[in-house]
Amino acid sequence: MRGRSGHSGPSVSTDAGTRPATTATTTPGRIGDSPLRPDGTLKVTGEFAYASDLWHDDMVWGVTLRSPHPHARIRGIDITEALTVPGVTAVLTADDVPGENAFGLEHADQPVLAVEFVRYEGEPVALVAADHPETARRAAARIRVEYEVLPAVTDPRHAMDDDAPAVHRPGNLVRHLQLRRGDQSVTAPVVVSLDVEVGMQDQAFLGPESGLAVPAEDGGVDLYVATQWLHVDQRQMCLALGMPPEKVRLHLAGVGGAFGGREDLSVHVHASLLALRTGKPVKMSYSREESFFGHVHRHPAWLTYEFGAERDGTLVYARARVLLDGGAYASSTAAVVGNAGTLGLGPYRIPNVAVDAYGVFTNNPPCGAMRGFGCVQAAFAHEALMDELADAVGLDPVTVRQRNGMREGDRNITGQLIDSAAPVAELLQIVADLPLPPQRDADADLRALPGSVGNTTHGEGVVRGVGYAVTYKNIGFSEGFDDYSTARVRLEMTGGEAVATVHTAAAEVGQGLITVEQQICRTELGVERVVVHPKNTAVGSGGSTSASRQTYVTGGAVQAACVAVRDVVLARAAASLGREVSQLRLDGEKIVGASGEVLTGLAEVLGEDAVEETREYRHRPTHAIDPETGQGDAHVQFAFSAHRAVVDVDVELGLVKVVALDTAQDVGKAINPDAVVGQIHGGSAQGMGLALMEEIVVTDGHVRNPSFTDYLIPTILDMPPMQVKVLEYADPHAPYGVRGVGEPPTISSGPAVAAAVRAACGRPLRRVPIRPEHITGT
Amino acid sequence: MTQISVRVDGASYSDDVEPRTLLVHYLREQLGKVGTVVGCDTSNCGACTVHLDGEAVKSCTVFAVQADGSEVTTIEGISQNGTLHPMQKAFHEMHGLQCGFCTPGMIMASIDLVNDNPDPSEDEVREGIEGNLCRCTGYQNIVRAVQQAAGEMHGRAASGTSHESPAVVDTAAAPHVAVQS
Repeated sequence: MRGRSGHSGPSVSTDAGTRPATTATTTPGRIGDSPLRPDGTLKVTGEFAYASDLWHDDMVWGVTLRSPHPHARIRGIDITEALTVPGVTAVLTADDVPGENAFGLEHADQPVLAVEFVRYEGEPVALVAADHPETARRAAARIRVEYEVLPAVTDPRHAMDDDAPAVHRPGNLVRHLQLRRGDQSVTAPVVVSLDVEVGMQDQAFLGPESGLAVPAEDGGVDLYVATQWLHVDQRQMCLALGMPPEKVRLHLAGVGGAFGGREDLSVHVHASLLALRTGKPVKMSYSREESFFGHVHRHPAWLTYEFGAERDGTLVYARARVLLDGGAYASSTAAVVGNAGTLGLGPYRIPNVAVDAYGVFTNNPPCGAMRGFGCVQAAFAHEALMDELADAVGLDPVTVRQRNGMREGDRNITGQLIDSAAPVAELLQIVADLPLPPQRDADADLRALPGSVGNTTHGEGVVRGVGYAVTYKNIGFSEGFDDYSTARVRLEMTGGEAVATVHTAAAEVGQGLITVEQQICRTELGVERVVVHPKNTAVGSGGSTSASRQTYVTGGAVQAACVAVRDVVLARAAASLGREVSQLRLDGEKIVGASGEVLTGLAEVLGEDAVEETREYRHRPTHAIDPETGQGDAHVQFAFSAHRAVVDVDVELGLVKVVALDTAQDVGKAINPDAVVGQIHGGSAQGMGLALMEEIVVTDGHVRNPSFTDYLIPTILDMPPMQVKVLEYADPHAPYGVRGVGEPPTISSGPAVAAAVRAACGRPLRRVPIRPEHITGT
Repeated sequence: MTQISVRVDGASYSDDVEPRTLLVHYLREQLGKVGTVVGCDTSNCGACTVHLDGEAVKSCTVFAVQADGSEVTTIEGISQNGTLHPMQKAFHEMHGLQCGFCTPGMIMASIDLVNDNPDPSEDEVREGIEGNLCRCTGYQNIVRAVQQAAGEMHGRAASGTSHESPAVVDTAAAPHVAVQS
């Protein structure tokens, strides 16, 4: 095992061979540093322009009329009365969609505005533009839609029954992933099994959906919007608007968090349709309530798992069935099924495997991407079952996981070689060895107890529990997707100072990608001042800000573009200096020779010219899996994390206080350690939220709690202090050795919390979020 | 319509407002002060927190008419002559923000907290700003930022572990990686 250093903090990574230690000057803010984020000042002064802050002098406001029914036939829509409301400038229905009335991330199966049927509560039916949002809302209320309510499929466990109504033709199956590996008839001396249910989680980003569509003189539209992937939005908008890409220009507005909830379209086509119809800029901003209906959620899941093992706890086989409720439209359900199936048994060595993962259509809210993407649901099952196995064979939860933990050189359940670090055992050991929080004082402050100042206990009935979980997650897009990013980098002298400008379309959603882009430019070009160009579709696709992929893939593109710029500059310098290019480096705005001597200034080489290069970066290709066996190299990279949770549980009232939530994660290379740890903190909180409090309650197809009053996300009092340990086992296949960071913490934190509550109360707790009545058994 | 007179971030305004107009909507839509944001509409998230006569309030729970005759300070009014308020500086430097949507409200709530309690413990920080939600940071660096700012606001040098770095990172030595291009 490779050793860990002490508490010396991250060292600056150097790509030896191009940057020896004799460098005359070293540009600060390179990779491995934690420079301040370039949008930080704007964000602390209130000057940062979120999508909801956008304003245009002559703009009008758009609102959406949505279906009140989970499933109905539209008999007719009468907009006459709405049009008479003073101030209304347009009322649009499906008939007004000029292109194909369909959109969707993977399949264009969702109408821009409903035609003939509505398939979920909240489906958009009509649009109104008016001079004030309240006017628009009142006018929308005067649109008369005649619905014939139809039987709805609301229990996904019966969605594939013969007598279930079809949400779509030909049926309600979105995807069935079948995976078979090894001996299917093998038996084992120890068998454990369980059923687990996972509730529907919301991304609950704090900045609700918003956008401003501005009609352009060329007949096209400029859309300023908060999103995760400008180019996939553009593709879908072009289809619906019937326009070529050059007329549908997207610009990233300030994004108030995303977490998967902005992968699908929200206001995009609607605002653009209204803008094109009225000839005026149109702003649309969702309220929090509408936001709950305006984006996909994390799939609720029903999981049935069985492990067979030797008496020493070594896994012999695993069998799993995973059912995901995709809701009314496909969104990214097929890919979520892909993850739940191919990664759904966790980071363990299991020779014999049978997995069936299903995604189904229902008339529930559409589900799609959320941080952790299919692995979150599965982890609650495989980690609960791992604890069952530990009990069955008399091992502790850490040892049983370490005994079965994946290692570099193993093949996972799809037969894919794990060809870089897989420190499962080490991560578990790190969290197990971290200091535990002190025992609770007998006279503890009420606020330290479950129930807090509700004064529900003074310590009686409160039991402490500790739980562990570990996970692995694919980084980047999988199963053969052509996953790439584009970057354009320009280097020039401005006012006597060298300035690099980096232009990508990769969405900054808060994670800090723009800081990373600057750090890479500084590292590769040796200039301090790096301008991040506004994100838009004037440059090639940056791919999605999802799958923990941007530092890897867009980072790779920025690096490649920088290297191309550097090559041009050094070639020029070599020609003028009469030296070999290989003898030259670029650092501190100087051309530096092999032994660190300054040969000439960048200013002399560049003169008045700007050097600009654009590059695409693709990670290693992935491949479709075999439809019968699920075998194949489906993923490009895996990231590992482990959590240990400590909870106090009032076992009489079912109340939980999380006392500690500690974690260790391998990030390959911490390009920006502050940002890395920030991602781990936030991701851990979201996983804890799903374990204990976060659920969109849907009954009979209706969302019952579309507000932050009733949908609870962790507060600062719910979230305990965290200890975070970061490993840097470089992935030799990735730029700088990076490994995606954002998602693993959300996957392993929740199961660790659930395990800790289980340990405290002694009940199986087979459903998350865990409710008080589950703990008390009442 | 009712006429109100308020001072907002040091400037005086007299405006006609509907009695039902919320202070946050008055600030954003009539005064164009969009630095104060709306996150939830139901007084849960605290993103819209401003100071009303020096006290932190969620501006979605206050009618504009209730601010008549009062002094309102928003996130846009706390830096002076281009110098960030210590709380703004600390949130930036301690990585106390990611998407930043909660940040205006967090900063305004935290300033009020530190005005009341010049040297809050970690527990007191948590208790003091529990009405403000953040979805990105898990709150860890927000606590550190508030403590750092409290020290600066009250002339104390940073001391103790919680005042040091924005994130304690313990990294392992990793084998060197050749740079791909």
